[in-house]
Amino acid sequence: MGLNLAHRPHEPSKGAGVAVGDFSSPPLPWHQRFNWLGVAMFGPAVLYIVAIIGVPLVLAFLYAFGNVRVGTVGYEFVGLANFRSILQSHAFRQSLANSLIFTVCSQVLVIIGSSILALALKDKFRGRGLVRFLILLPWVAPISLGAIGWKWILDSLYSVINWVLIYFHLVNQFTPPMWLGDPALAMLSVILVETWRLLPFSTVILLAGLTAIPKEIPEAAQVDGAGFWRTLFQITMPMMLPIVSVAVLFGVIFTFTDMTVVYILTRGGPYDSTQVLPSLAFFTGVLGGDLAAGSAISLFLVPVLVVVAILMLRMAHRAEVGS
Amino acid sequence: MIARLTHRFGSTIARALTVVVFCILLAFPFYWMFITTFKQSPDLYDLQNNPFIFNAKPTLSHLQYLFDQTHFVRWGLNTAMVGILVTIITLLLAVPAAYALTRLTGRWGSRLGIGIFLTYLVPPTLLFIPLSRIVAELGLQNTLWSLVVVYPSFTVPFSVWLLMGFFKSIPRDLEDAAMVDGLSRFGAFLKLVVPISTSGILTVVIFTFTLVGQEFVYALTFISSDSNQMLQVGVPIFLVRGDVYYWGSLMAACLIASVPIAIVYNLFLDRFIAGFTVGAVK
Amino acid sequence: MAIVETRHLTKTFKEGEASAVHDVSLQTAEGEFLVLLGPSGSGKTTLLRMIAGLEAPTAGQILIGGQDVTRLTPRQRRIAMVFQSYALYPHLNVYDNIAFPLKAQKVPKQEHKQKVDWAAGLLGIGDLLKRRPRELSGGERQRVALARAMVRNPTVFLLDEPLSNLDAKLRASAREEIESFQKSVGTTMIYVTHDQVEAMAMGDRIAVLHKGVVRQIATPKEAYEQPADTFVATFLGSPPMNLLEHDGVIVGFRPEHFRPAAAALPGERVPFRFRLNLVEFLGSETILYGFLEGGRFLGKEVIARLPATIAGGVPNEVDRVYDFAVSDRNLRFFDRDTEVRTEPRPLTWD
Repeated sequence: MGLNLAHRPHEPSKGAGVAVGDFSSPPLPWHQRFNWLGVAMFGPAVLYIVAIIGVPLVLAFLYAFGNVRVGTVGYEFVGLANFRSILQSHAFRQSLANSLIFTVCSQVLVIIGSSILALALKDKFRGRGLVRFLILLPWVAPISLGAIGWKWILDSLYSVINWVLIYFHLVNQFTPPMWLGDPALAMLSVILVETWRLLPFSTVILLAGLTAIPKEIPEAAQVDGAGFWRTLFQITMPMMLPIVSVAVLFGVIFTFTDMTVVYILTRGGPYDSTQVLPSLAFFTGVLGGDLAAGSAISLFLVPVLVVVAILMLRMAHRAEVGS
Repeated sequence: MIARLTHRFGSTIARALTVVVFCILLAFPFYWMFITTFKQSPDLYDLQNNPFIFNAKPTLSHLQYLFDQTHFVRWGLNTAMVGILVTIITLLLAVPAAYALTRLTGRWGSRLGIGIFLTYLVPPTLLFIPLSRIVAELGLQNTLWSLVVVYPSFTVPFSVWLLMGFFKSIPRDLEDAAMVDGLSRFGAFLKLVVPISTSGILTVVIFTFTLVGQEFVYALTFISSDSNQMLQVGVPIFLVRGDVYYWGSLMAACLIASVPIAIVYNLFLDRFIAGFTVGAVK
Repeated sequence: MAIVETRHLTKTFKEGEASAVHDVSLQTAEGEFLVLLGPSGSGKTTLLRMIAGLEAPTAGQILIGGQDVTRLTPRQRRIAMVFQSYALYPHLNVYDNIAFPLKAQKVPKQEHKQKVDWAAGLLGIGDLLKRRPRELSGGERQRVALARAMVRNPTVFLLDEPLSNLDAKLRASAREEIESFQKSVGTTMIYVTHDQVEAMAMGDRIAVLHKGVVRQIATPKEAYEQPADTFVATFLGSPPMNLLEHDGVIVGFRPEHFRPAAAALPGERVPFRFRLNLVEFLGSETILYGFLEGGRFLGKEVIARLPATIAGGVPNEVDRVYDFAVSDRNLRFFDRDTEVRTEPRPLTWD
């Protein structure tokens, strides 16, 4: 998240070993130069994270390459067998495609929506506090509760949306849209609910980026003769690019690795049309007990995560170098 | 002059319209929760009635059902308890770590900072399968302790990052002065830095609580029984009898579990933004 | 014809509160370097921004090149502005920064290169065209800002304290660059600053503002030697003019005119008894701080500024009382209530 990771202008470089605080000192033997207090202070956190994240991560790889089910004792390495078998499964290929569609579509909608909203909220106006409260609700409420709220709104019989559509005679009252029952509509619903959930977060980030642009820059553009649209597209948006990228990268991670919305709205149905990788991994590995297949499925998340991580590191590096 | 006025007027209208549309789109589900909570069931399930208004008198029966006949209160207590324990653990781990990373370590500081930030990119939906096995091995399956042990894995990195932003803004001179006056480095940390950072620590507390209340995957995976569950899983999964959703009580539960958090969150949002954007836009 | 003219220009931000700019009427001559000088809060920046079109006036008119521009947007006024932070577009390189106004005014693309090269050449930044603003030094950024301003041949340049973000060392050379730039281009320039040294060095005329009102518009020499009121008298010149209340008027004299009696300047001498308190040796001159002795001026703090070459040497004994004098030609009189300059009067001294 923060791109200001430890930019330390005061710290003189100390060569090999860990620097000893601010105090410049003559070269000491290594055991005295090593900063025990520092290690003691961040050690527990690092150890904890290594244990709770590092170990399961390694295990995930081991399971994916092994023959493991709930109740299995001992370990048997089977190479790529698990991957081969899931790649043959229709459910898996569908989930992979769905994950990509789901992520890309929702991110595009989020970026467009939050850009418009951030621009509208940029200047102070009366009631902005209340507006901010309302707009943040989808993000702040637990995802599962927001999702179940939508499930009620999209209910096959009692959907309020359908009621309105029928009222205005836009659809036939005997064949209203099955928002969660029809494969294409279900995918659309899931994408829209995910967009709804992420819009506030993205808007907040973009707003922060917008307000960070010094006031003199759009004024200079005004004096230079640029109108509203030119200033927006040639000055404001390019300046926002770093922060838009951050919002997009986070959005991609949140969406691609999320199973909650799909699980609650459709359980992956109808007929796997809304199944995504994380939810499939859940059904296979947790409910189905097939730890190996489940892990193999969830490992397909890794390439996207790695790409995002590299992009974020590159941006953080550039932000430090450029300042 | 006319051109300028109409331009201003037009953009104000456009802006107002945009804001209103988005507010409706984003907040409508909560209004819907509200209406559903208080509508009598016959009114709720009658397709002929206008759904946006109360056609019969509002009722508290759904709320009553929720509190009397479901584990809602139990789930709330579970969530609160897990929240408190996880917050304590997070503070104990994250506060010293964030301080050490901002002050004490030179080149390593930025490397470890990046490392901690990268762990955020490892999602629960990748780790939950091995973790479910580990939890079972430890004998913690179906207990809230499994969550207490696992949740800091995402609250700690987030809190460390938040607090690093905070600690960076405290001038080193303050601690240097304290150390010249005789305090040790750790003493300066405890007696000087921590009291100054109460607002940062408070922010971490709030955000940790909200993160605990929002997490779904681990709670769903590790806890199987009805009564041990957390609020955010219990409500959508267990407030169902067979295939029948009791929408009135369900929406009541959603409303109660969402709106208070939202109010508190809003109060602390500005700090969150401040921490986020330091250095991000240059 | 005046290039820039304001008529009774007023700006009030909040109803009922004091105006930021009150009833300002001024005119610039063609090719003039006019400085708007004043402390912070004096309204000088607000005045500049109204001329630029970035603030709408509450009352009054603005004319540029004889045309009433009061209702026009900045774009339509053919002005150029250099902001305090220079406001260079960080995501564009120097070439694109300078070319941006041309793009915005829909100047044909073929002409861009020629104009940018001309502007860059004049300011000596031809080899920086591919760089980004963050790679430039403070002085280089100023030159890019000037190039961007001049590339469209504006009627008037407006500058808002461009030197205040530079370190002291850089300021002198940057100042010189702006002055020679204006001389070579010959366009009217309106320059805002709070630094009176800058104002006196650079301006053809200075407009001194205080609390939204123009106290005096004059050449630096006139404003310094014949200040219109006590504000101008004490704002220009460092150390400031000494002011004493006497006989129902305020009498002022500059530190450089307050000298030992033996070395007094020509004119009718007005004697003072001066007890020395503090000596600041500055090399070419020495500043003496002390108190007046005797009669109604007892204890009044005054400052003297003596060149090192003064006849009889510089007094330096602290707590010793010296005979000092001021020539009556160097006395300035101000009305006690309005603080405005009045006619000299003969005074009785003790």
